[in-house]
Amino acid sequence: MLSLRDQAALVGIGETAYCRAPGSGKSELGLMLEAARAALADAGLAPGDVDGVVTPIWGASAEDFAVNFGVRDLRWAVQVNMGGASPVVGLQNAAMAVAFGIASHVLVTFGWNGFSGRRVRGDFSALEDELARFEASIGVPVRDFYLPYGSASPAQWYTLMAQRHMQTYGTPREALGAVAVACRAHAQLNPRAVMRGRPMTMDDYLASPWICEPYKLLDCCLETDGAAAVIVTTTERAKRLRQPPVAISGVAEGHPWPADDIVNRPDLLTIGLTHAAPRAYAMAGLGPEDADFAQVYDCFTFEVLHQLEEAGFCARGESPRFVADGNVALGGRCPINTHGGLLSQAHVGGMNHVVEAVRQLRGQAGAAQVDGARVGIVTGWGDFGDGGLAVLRSLA
Amino acid sequence: MSDVFARPLPKLQGLTAEFYAFTKRRELRFQRCTACGVWRHVPRLWCAACGSEAWEWARSAGEGAVYAWSVTHKPMHPGFLDLPYATVVVELAEGPRLLTWVRDVAPADLRIGLPVRVDFEDASDAVTLPIFRPR
Repeated sequence: MLSLRDQAALVGIGETAYCRAPGSGKSELGLMLEAARAALADAGLAPGDVDGVVTPIWGASAEDFAVNFGVRDLRWAVQVNMGGASPVVGLQNAAMAVAFGIASHVLVTFGWNGFSGRRVRGDFSALEDELARFEASIGVPVRDFYLPYGSASPAQWYTLMAQRHMQTYGTPREALGAVAVACRAHAQLNPRAVMRGRPMTMDDYLASPWICEPYKLLDCCLETDGAAAVIVTTTERAKRLRQPPVAISGVAEGHPWPADDIVNRPDLLTIGLTHAAPRAYAMAGLGPEDADFAQVYDCFTFEVLHQLEEAGFCARGESPRFVADGNVALGGRCPINTHGGLLSQAHVGGMNHVVEAVRQLRGQAGAAQVDGARVGIVTGWGDFGDGGLAVLRSLA
Repeated sequence: MSDVFARPLPKLQGLTAEFYAFTKRRELRFQRCTACGVWRHVPRLWCAACGSEAWEWARSAGEGAVYAWSVTHKPMHPGFLDLPYATVVVELAEGPRLLTWVRDVAPADLRIGLPVRVDFEDASDAVTLPIFRPR
């Protein structure tokens, strides 16, 4: 049987600066073009070399990229509509496209003015657009059966799963805090992290105010402006480019059931990643025990615990033990979110998790470098628990 | 001030309109497959258990238990500024679950398995929402 294992590689990574107030002052397209230019330069490629685009879920179209890049012959474009899982799942689509020769160099990018343009502030000016986007991407159950009860945000939806887990397994608050503290500690080592210079302790975490119980303020990811991008090509072509190649050894997507309604799932804890992870591991011939680090989509702290369990890093209910005693901090058994994550670096839909994984596997992660990192895992989480997982491997 | 500042209401079209037409009459009904007997919610065209397109609106006895919840402390929608409030998943005895409110119980007193019974609250002239109270 044909396999995508090691058929495609990540050859270029790029990021804009990440910021909160007063905002980027740029359009979302402008941010993504800037990140894409950086990724192409990193790879030693020119904008005209791009002939495939996994288009972002918001902010720009394939046409926007092609016209600005001067690409006269865009051979392939597709959109992955899986919210924050889209960047990781986009790697699967890009790998398929290059493996079959449908495109040669594929751009995968995500960027937005997540602070200045879309944030739901006290005046709720952006809320109507936000809710319309959820309806368009997830479906009408949220509009007809959740919103009438004031359940209008991811924090409110996802806490149903978190609370169920905490009730079922006795998950202590400190386990959620351990995720937040680890991400914040890693951000102190990252010059690109919004929370650099603002360290945080478990006491700070425990003292932070409730947002949506069981989530406190410091359980919630940042809202930031910025963009990140990667370039995918064949492994063969990657070996002739300027950076140490990082292979996509295994990659898969998964969807919960029902995908559009959290509350009627037979089991609230079975998510897209539950299905995706074993597929990605089978493709790679590698598993979580082989990972030198994991960049786990951290929209909220519990989602990290949840994904560590569903991706097989530990059994159901065991994540509190897994994240205890510094195991997920740099120097621990499996460092997570070595860049600071969405919680403490920036929220660019998890594209920054992919970028950081590549940096680690090239040995370019600076003060946060995991010694001898050869294999890394990246997860994505989006919408009502859509999931993606990529196993990346250094070929250098 | 735009409509967004009012409480959001379900869009009364298709099967959603049928569901809320029953709650307007203070009846809680769900789809039940007439081929295999499986109850379902939210409304769907096909039975996911057996593939049948045949179903009826079957009346629930309205008794269930708390399954999960979250407690909103920060305003998330301008229509809901009376904080904190709990949004609760109630599992009906027939099987379907609803995201709803449980009245007469403080958020701190919620627990999995708390027995509840359906009641109804008018959200507008057109829409009546099923809510629950302890039984």
